Amino acid sequence: MKSVEEIKAAIEAAVPGAVAEIVPNPSVSAQHSLRISPVRALEVAKFLRDDPELALDFLSNATGVDWPDKEVSEKVKVTRTVTKTVDGVEQTAEETVEETRKRVVPGCLEAVYHLYSMAKKHGPVIIRMRTVNRTDLVFLPSLTPIWRSAEFQEREIFDLFGIVFTGHPDMRRLLMWDGFKDHPMRRDYVEPDDFDYEPTAHDEVLARALAHSDRDQRTVNSGQ
Amino acid sequence: MSAVDLKLERTEGWNRPPVVEPDGEGELLEVAMGPHHPSTHGVFRMDVALDGERVIRLKPVFGYLHRNHEKLAEGMSYLGSMPFTDRLDYICPLTNNWAYALAVEKLTGQQVPERAEYLRVILGELTRVMNHASAIGFLIQEMGASGTPLMYAFKEREKVLDLFEALTGARMMVNYMRFGGCRVDATESWLAGARKVVAGLPQFVDEFEQLLMTNEILMARTQGVGILRPELAINAGVTGPMLRASGVNYDIRKVDGYGIYNRFKFRVPLGEHWDVYDRFMIRLLEIRESIGILEQALKDIPTGPVMDPKAKIRGFRPKPGEAYGRIEAPKGELGFYLISDGGPNPYRYRIRPPSLINLTILEDMCLGQNVADVVLIFGSVDIVLGEVDR
Amino acid sequence: MLGEGILKGLAETARNFAGSFVSADRLTTVQYPEQRIAPIEATRDFPFLVYDGADWEAGLRCVACQICEKECPPQCIYIVKSTDKKPDYVGKQQFYPARFDIDISVCMSCQICVEVCPFEAIKMDTEFELSTTDRFGGLLHDRKELAKSNEHYHKIHPTEALEVDARLAEEKAKTEAKAKAAAAKAAAPPGTAAAAPQKPVPAAPGETTA
Repeated sequence: MKSVEEIKAAIEAAVPGAVAEIVPNPSVSAQHSLRISPVRALEVAKFLRDDPELALDFLSNATGVDWPDKEVSEKVKVTRTVTKTVDGVEQTAEETVEETRKRVVPGCLEAVYHLYSMAKKHGPVIIRMRTVNRTDLVFLPSLTPIWRSAEFQEREIFDLFGIVFTGHPDMRRLLMWDGFKDHPMRRDYVEPDDFDYEPTAHDEVLARALAHSDRDQRTVNSGQ
Repeated sequence: MSAVDLKLERTEGWNRPPVVEPDGEGELLEVAMGPHHPSTHGVFRMDVALDGERVIRLKPVFGYLHRNHEKLAEGMSYLGSMPFTDRLDYICPLTNNWAYALAVEKLTGQQVPERAEYLRVILGELTRVMNHASAIGFLIQEMGASGTPLMYAFKEREKVLDLFEALTGARMMVNYMRFGGCRVDATESWLAGARKVVAGLPQFVDEFEQLLMTNEILMARTQGVGILRPELAINAGVTGPMLRASGVNYDIRKVDGYGIYNRFKFRVPLGEHWDVYDRFMIRLLEIRESIGILEQALKDIPTGPVMDPKAKIRGFRPKPGEAYGRIEAPKGELGFYLISDGGPNPYRYRIRPPSLINLTILEDMCLGQNVADVVLIFGSVDIVLGEVDR
Repeated sequence: MLGEGILKGLAETARNFAGSFVSADRLTTVQYPEQRIAPIEATRDFPFLVYDGADWEAGLRCVACQICEKECPPQCIYIVKSTDKKPDYVGKQQFYPARFDIDISVCMSCQICVEVCPFEAIKMDTEFELSTTDRFGGLLHDRKELAKSNEHYHKIHPTEALEVDARLAEEKAKTEAKAKAAAAKAAAPPGTAAAAPQKPVPAAPGETTA
């Protein structure tokens, strides 16, 4: 099978305007992936499926990954004009100091697809697509018209991560019920405070149980 | 059926379900089959719209058993997730363990000693035999056979579960495979017991076949029902016995050759008519092939350690990176996708569930058929809700 | 002939039915709880704490290191360390658990606690008929309920218990040998050639023997 560089070259040759970026995988598995831009993703996917050499007709796994916002502190050299009083005379001078600035690298959501070929029995070829940010611009093109197996998996990514796939025939939640708010697999998901009774509660679960209980004379495990 | 024509005309919407028009007039009858239903293999619902007996629309609804295992794993160490993988496809816990161990070994590059590989194959194939026997048993029960074939399958299953208990300590939730081998070694007496059980399996399969395979009612109900075209099966990501019953020769044990499967001689049965009866027969034939692999493995198993001496139980921190490891589970391709950030917990832990992906074309197979056939077609997909919902 | 397949199947069922009166192989139902199947040795149900000797408090092997609490996947173990110490089986002063609770309604019998315990203090029991009518704490087992003697461990898992005892005896012998060697070195007066305690060393010219 072709290496990742060859596949990248083939994609860029076949679909003009498509950009594929190699994402190296430092682990022993050496399963490097290609990041493609969402703009021409459908054409790239069609090429990957229909190309006689690659023949990646089997979409094995489609999943989402959440990359939250990261706070990065960097040292920046800043030149400032400072007025100093020396011997009663005011002088302006320029001084350069090093400041530590914190900046937030915006996070994004990512969809990862693992492709194999049943005709040629090779694989995996891994492609990734990133959304613009995690809040409002969470759209990605759906690859369901190319591979039907993406249908349920993209619904699950929408349900658990919040990526909206445009062009999907049935974009609604899969595992959670329809009225559910929020996306559980995100790293910053906070569980709702729906308390469930636990019969042998102890420690902080016991504290929560007593907080919700209207029976305040409950016999607590008299732990020995 | 040898080569499948994959270059067929991919016109617009070729892989969408067909549109079925109702015959009569009036409203469609909307039925919710499940989640409390004896034939839905768990808590599973199908919203079916019927015109008389014909199915016009079918939408599967699941998530009733969703425990968000993927999120739990992000808060737990790698070893701590191993008992939870038992509870995914709870009829085949050993293959789930194997898939997870394989994915982590791909991530870290750990080596597995030979005896451990043989033990994994023996336990994996025993699980496959039991899963296929149970799947056939459940399918026939849904046809109305009131439990007799199922109890035959479960009689054999009890013997195998006793073997599992003697080796791992538990009948079902085994927690046996580790990253770099297996937890405990098998004694000679255990191997002798395993040989005895495997020696009794061919007779069991013969009895099973004689009980059912030429039964006219079964043939009339399953032949020609629920046909799945191979091109659609490939495009929908269907794997496992369902894919091979549609004539596609893709068995991950042969394709990837993970573990030591390339040392064993076994055949891959393929279906010719792509219907429910074929899926049935494929499972029976696969049981026979698995018995062959078991006999070979039990004969050739070497002595030696069962755990990589450099493997760590506590404080296991794989280096950053990601890996996707997959095996041929009895239900299809079970894959684990792990992203590690160097810490003790995985950053992203994803299970590729064969049952969920195989359900993608349930709608296609059922539209236009009678509602009684829906139960059979659904049973022939052979799903387990623990895996679908995780 | 139409119906031949059905008849073949019925013949099979009839053979099993008649056979169940004569062969034990074909009668597989066990009338529980009057009849029971012999337990398999390696079976595991819920954890228990092992103690050596007769006094469960003094002989408890657990030193409250809390490794099992950290590694338990469903977090069902709750340990409170003591403030004082007591001697363990080699005589070393160790902490002990003032409180050791296992919530068996949460425990999933995965036996990871047994695997990670460095002191062979927690093992898996084989008792499963533990249903209770007390829903407030009946399934929360404290350390008194969990402590069971080493003899009990030998009864339920004989091969495993023998291996554990051999390992512990080996460790004890090693510690004692080290202690003896350290004591001998400290007791020997300075300036003398170091002599092995049993073998007499031939006196070299110019040296005095101890």
